[in-house]
Amino acid sequence: MADLLAARFQMGMSLAFHIIFAVVGIAMPVMMVLAERRWRTSGDPIYLDLAKRWARGTAILFAVGAVSGTVLSFELGLLWPTFMRFAGAIIGMPFSLEGFAFFTEAIFLGVYLYGWERVSPRAHSFAGVMVAVSGALSGVFVVTANAWMNAPAGFELVNGAPVNVHPLAAMANAAAPAQVLHMTLAAYAATGFTVAGIHAFLMLRGRRAPFHRYALTIALVVGAPAAVLQPVSGDYAATTVARHQPAKLAAMEALFETQAHAPITLGGWPDVESRRTRFGIVVPHALSLLAFRDPAATVVGLDSVPRDQWPNLPAVHLSFDVMVACGTYLALVGLWAGWLALRRADLSRRRVFLRAVVIGAPLGFVAIETGWMVTELGRQPWIIYGVLRTADAVTPMPGQLWRTGVFALIYVFLAVVVTVLLSRQIVRSPMHTGEFERAKG
Amino acid sequence: MSSALFLAGTLVVALNAYVVLGGADFGGGVWDLLARGPRKEAQRQLIAQAIGPVWEANHVWLILAIVLLFTCFPAAFARIVVPLNLPLTGVLIGIVLRGSAFAFRGYGGDRDAVQRRWGRVFAVASLVTPLLLGTALGAVASGAVGAAAAGTAASFGVRYVRPWLAPFPLSVGVVTLACFAFLAATYLTLEGPAGALRDDFRRRAIASGIAVAAAALAALVTAAPSAPLMRHGLIGSRWAVSFQLFTGVTAIVALAALVRRRYALARLAAIVQVSLVLWGWAWSQYPYVVPPDLTIAAAAAPAATQQLVIAALVLGALVLVPSLFYLFRVFKGSDRLSTISHP
Repeated sequence: MADLLAARFQMGMSLAFHIIFAVVGIAMPVMMVLAERRWRTSGDPIYLDLAKRWARGTAILFAVGAVSGTVLSFELGLLWPTFMRFAGAIIGMPFSLEGFAFFTEAIFLGVYLYGWERVSPRAHSFAGVMVAVSGALSGVFVVTANAWMNAPAGFELVNGAPVNVHPLAAMANAAAPAQVLHMTLAAYAATGFTVAGIHAFLMLRGRRAPFHRYALTIALVVGAPAAVLQPVSGDYAATTVARHQPAKLAAMEALFETQAHAPITLGGWPDVESRRTRFGIVVPHALSLLAFRDPAATVVGLDSVPRDQWPNLPAVHLSFDVMVACGTYLALVGLWAGWLALRRADLSRRRVFLRAVVIGAPLGFVAIETGWMVTELGRQPWIIYGVLRTADAVTPMPGQLWRTGVFALIYVFLAVVVTVLLSRQIVRSPMHTGEFERAKG
Repeated sequence: MSSALFLAGTLVVALNAYVVLGGADFGGGVWDLLARGPRKEAQRQLIAQAIGPVWEANHVWLILAIVLLFTCFPAAFARIVVPLNLPLTGVLIGIVLRGSAFAFRGYGGDRDAVQRRWGRVFAVASLVTPLLLGTALGAVASGAVGAAAAGTAASFGVRYVRPWLAPFPLSVGVVTLACFAFLAATYLTLEGPAGALRDDFRRRAIASGIAVAAAALAALVTAAPSAPLMRHGLIGSRWAVSFQLFTGVTAIVALAALVRRRYALARLAAIVQVSLVLWGWAWSQYPYVVPPDLTIAAAAAPAATQQLVIAALVLGALVLVPSLFYLFRVFKGSDRLSTISHP
């Protein structure tokens, strides 16, 4: 039991660590390409400086993302050999495609980073676009594989073994479109707002160099539309969960009883013993309405789920609420940014808006981490929903705790180093912008 | 040829690419660690410049190999990872530290002390990782991994340590390390300008080439008692002996070319030699993915998966081959001596 928990903890930790770098690897190249494009069209050297600084940041984060992703591809087997024996042939296809997408990303990132003076301007911009596109595709493929664990498809179960395997049907599983859409938007929203928040913070601290205004604008161009669209994709994701994983939805909403006119409970502590949620704010009919578009619809509660198949309720419910709260905040700030853009306002003078952006800086990543908690913890006790239990998939090797501890130390160490390096790259950058202004003037 | 055999061959091709490309990046780290003499810093700089633009792409060959293994031969993957949990975990830690340290050193600012510290992490991880990776491959080849999965009641040591902590797997680890260092030194003779620096790497290439031969011999000797399938595959038939002799000829050509300063020829011969070592291993293991009993056919995924993966490989190659060609033309092409601008 302790070994199972240690293995789950290590997997969760590896994913929570990797997802940050994966997400940045999806969205950062878009910003870097936009900055380079502005430089090429306007000739303003500040945009070139911005593109190069963002490219350096991308290089650091991509390197850590690449190696932490490698760890995950091994850990699938090192921690869950039975899962891989069962699922490898069914769900290996999107991983193979991801391999090629990742390959393309790595190749063109090499060209982009080291090729400023070795390839033509057009080839350089093209390399940047390839990095952005293949980065997004990598995410799509990996999330597709994860969605299959939530809505397994493309095989038949005979005597506990999969037969009649159809990898394309497995990729076209019911959970994939919603999860892919939700995660891709999340990548742009979270990264965009983090970068915007950093520059808004420095502007509030009195650094009025155009460098920060340009950076803020590009970051919001990437982050704000995604954040505004995110609640729509979230609604789509929740209706998908309602249809395919009723136990997960019940845990997300802390719904103990199957009922018509089901309410939504905001916050609160789901008490598993008494089967009641304390201290939450109850919104009547809302869950039936949102999940099935009918305020009278019946929503399955946990009482319809065998007790040994309940996910961890407090963790799933509270993670879900935190994710929704963060996402809602970013969507509102995104709308605000859009409104200011329509009015062609000078963002550097909107101090209240800048403060709101600073607050939003970490929230996208908080939403991503808690969102994955919902997805993963909400699927428990299953590793493949309804098919294979996590406890039956874990490696037989004892002593997991030691290794989990070693990886925890490494990840903490890397996180500290990356933070220090990035802050050196980005936060200290405006010291140099005076030179550019002089050069410009 | 069955599609499963084709996929197994593709897997070896991916491993081969990883060895001659990514392996040389590890070897570069080894030479970083062993940098000495008056041109110590110049050596390190040349290594960093040679690895920088390509190492991320080179690393992906390993991911491709792993993904192909668990998609096309899931039973083999599940069987290999359990007894090899410890060395593979070591490989992962090595990969994480090496990759991050390389990036951190490149972008970590100008302070010498910081650079040196990351350089040390990068170099040590470059040394340990190939040793463990080779040991893991050797353990599979020896048949001990396949046998370990069978007995479930045995002690921790028997199940998780003894399969790989044995003379033959460890000697394969040493062969791997020596090959990677040999490849790196040979490539590096062509990375920098002619002169003393090139000669540094020429001497290192010759020394590590001899080390490869010695380590290979040691592996062959240890194979005799502990890896009968390997021994038979390597020297058990006339075909196999001719194959080994041919590998030996390429090794002699590579060394002779280095001695006579024919660097391009030496690089080609080194690539062929190391590739032949790898294919010699694959061929000895045939028809098993995990000796002594799990065959390619038995471990293979269902036909539908195999066909789709082959289709994906063809499509992927259409993107990958021109992209890789472009990458290497830009950074390893004929005008390589002009500056690679460090971002």
